[in-house]
Amino acid sequence: MKELFAILIGAMLVENFVLTKFLGICPFLGVSKKTSTALGMSGAVVFVLVLSQAVTWLANEYLLVPNKLEYLQTITFILVIAALVQFVETVLKKLMPSLYKSLGVYLPLITTNCAVLGSALIFVERDYTFVESVVFGFAAGLGFTLALILFSGVRERLETADIPEAFKGMPITLIAASLVSITFIGFAGLIIS
Amino acid sequence: MAERKKSFSVLLNGLIKENPTFRLLLGMCPSLAVTTMAKNGLGMGAAATFVLVGSNLVISLIRKIVPDKVRIPAYITVIATFTTIVQLLMAALLPEINKQLGIFIPLIVVNCIIFARAEMFAQKNGPFLSVLDGLGMGAGFTLAITIIGSVREILGAGTWMGIPVTVNLFEPAIMFILPPGGFLVMGFLVALFNKLTNKKDRNAECETGCGVGCPGCSKAVNGGEA
Repeated sequence: MKELFAILIGAMLVENFVLTKFLGICPFLGVSKKTSTALGMSGAVVFVLVLSQAVTWLANEYLLVPNKLEYLQTITFILVIAALVQFVETVLKKLMPSLYKSLGVYLPLITTNCAVLGSALIFVERDYTFVESVVFGFAAGLGFTLALILFSGVRERLETADIPEAFKGMPITLIAASLVSITFIGFAGLIIS
Repeated sequence: MAERKKSFSVLLNGLIKENPTFRLLLGMCPSLAVTTMAKNGLGMGAAATFVLVGSNLVISLIRKIVPDKVRIPAYITVIATFTTIVQLLMAALLPEINKQLGIFIPLIVVNCIIFARAEMFAQKNGPFLSVLDGLGMGAGFTLAITIIGSVREILGAGTWMGIPVTVNLFEPAIMFILPPGGFLVMGFLVALFNKLTNKKDRNAECETGCGVGCPGCSKAVNGGEA
């Protein structure tokens, strides 16, 4: 239990995916303009991350490792994730139309979100058990949500700020991200044991 | 003659006019994550260029056989294959850089640059031009992340390619090799790039084909929702 808690806090705050590990930067910069879109995207990411961690862990443990096919991890994982996203989309559309409506637009984007493939590669690297890797996926998703929502608040402020011409758009966004990222360095000293 | 001119412009396109990192803002994750040292930038750039050239070549060869409906999984498989090749090559030939780059080598699969070029270019052009495009885009990416890496390494560690350069000039600020420094240096470099080049065609970004998931296309998703 204690290990799971350490993983949870670790993946969420200490090694926040977006702000300290640079995973999932594209959606972080792409959909953080408004808090409502940020919430929708984060919901979809948490959902897919938890599912994909479970499925890729099983695929790795029962298909790749026993057959000594570890070198196929990258291909297998990305195809499993792409298929899973497609599957989730179809199922949600049929069974939970309201949830589909709020997450639907974001789902196709998640295949190319490096946070999803990244966390699959990390559980291999760290030899996580099934439960650990699912918790890790969940925590990584929460960390992503936290960063995205915090940052969308900052960006809504930036909209009305007076910014030098050359800095308009992406440059000022990146500099703001840098400041938000500094706050997360504060968690670096946090060690749970 | 015109033919040669066209190939040349395709090759040079990626360096400045459509620089994938500074102009199109594609592939941000590796551009920020591995650029704590100039050497890592070079290594990452070389690996991504290899995948770009390979996948552009194969995709332009199979573009007429693959049905439109399954094109995305087909392209992903091609890209993942080349990524696996580069992963194994790096592990065998450059173990030290491979260790530094870590999971960002397999993550080349989800690098928007590669998928965007497959959709935008290789799908519509012949193998020769596609390879040139891959080389040009790869060179542009390598150049950009090597510059970011150099700035961060010099300011943050006081060295360049591992050689000390700022011994008596100033005390290196470690912040630049930490994550916030990545965002900061990237922000200033993109601003500089905007200042130095013509900003007019800045809005061509959304046609890069990687969907609205990329920062350059944020307008599409936010505009559409508003």
